[in-house]
Amino acid sequence: MSERVSALRNRETGGSVQVRDAGLRGMITLRGDLSNGKLASVVKSVTGLKLPACNGVVQDGDTGIAWMSPDELLVMVAYDDVPEALDKIAKALSGQHHLAVNVSDARSVMLLQGSFVREVVAKLAPVDLHPDVWQPGQIIRSRLGQVAAAFWLVDEATVQVICFRSVADYAFDLLAASAKAGPVGHFARGT
Amino acid sequence: MLILNCPYCGRDVDETDLHAGGEAHLKRFGPGSSDDEFEHYLFMRENPKGVHFERWRHVYGCGKWFLAARNTATLQVYGTYSAQTTEPPQHILDAIKEAQA
Repeated sequence: MSERVSALRNRETGGSVQVRDAGLRGMITLRGDLSNGKLASVVKSVTGLKLPACNGVVQDGDTGIAWMSPDELLVMVAYDDVPEALDKIAKALSGQHHLAVNVSDARSVMLLQGSFVREVVAKLAPVDLHPDVWQPGQIIRSRLGQVAAAFWLVDEATVQVICFRSVADYAFDLLAASAKAGPVGHFARGT
Repeated sequence: MLILNCPYCGRDVDETDLHAGGEAHLKRFGPGSSDDEFEHYLFMRENPKGVHFERWRHVYGCGKWFLAARNTATLQVYGTYSAQTTEPPQHILDAIKEAQA
């Protein structure tokens, strides 16, 4: 079997905000009617977590569920558990309109850790990331520089970023440069 | 800079995260319609100086199409609403009326 590697191959930077590759993660794009009870229960059986509300993320280590749009979830499981999870979903939702795809190798996950992570992201994305608006557990889909990305706060000092694998190097370099440039002190608290 | 509230995910979204989709509330004229109707549907667009109804797509976010009422002269946004409507809803019309009073 071919060697499975993440796009960033465990790259990481030092500094007061550290940017690092989160490694391989199993990711399933699941589209369908999110109000369908069967969908919620199969996602719970796969992840052990309840469906997040609009714009929400629930996470337990590398396992999690992210709300991507009114009819789309990103289900995160361990990399090797994806085929089994897909089987479960296909069985539970057979005959119902849905789509479940393994996108583990089409995405890249990065982890930002440090005191001013909020600003590192805020410098790159055209969205309001003020603490009044963006709190842990809320996912934002927008851009980082020129590429699409989704990011959420795990806690005040940790951000997870997901982007397309093909632009992982660009996104990593961008975040690393933003972190290296230091804090701006724009947000009154949470910086 | 234009900021619209996406009615599907509820976020205030910057113009650069959106894709403009042109005039809203077009009625499709396909096979069986007259040449005039078809031409009008295909090519003729409003270009008002003032209140305009537009389609927008939250392309970098939730990916949904929605409609927005805004003023092309003042850039005031009267509101955004679901794309599953054939005409502007009452609360949007009220907002426009109020702004023009």
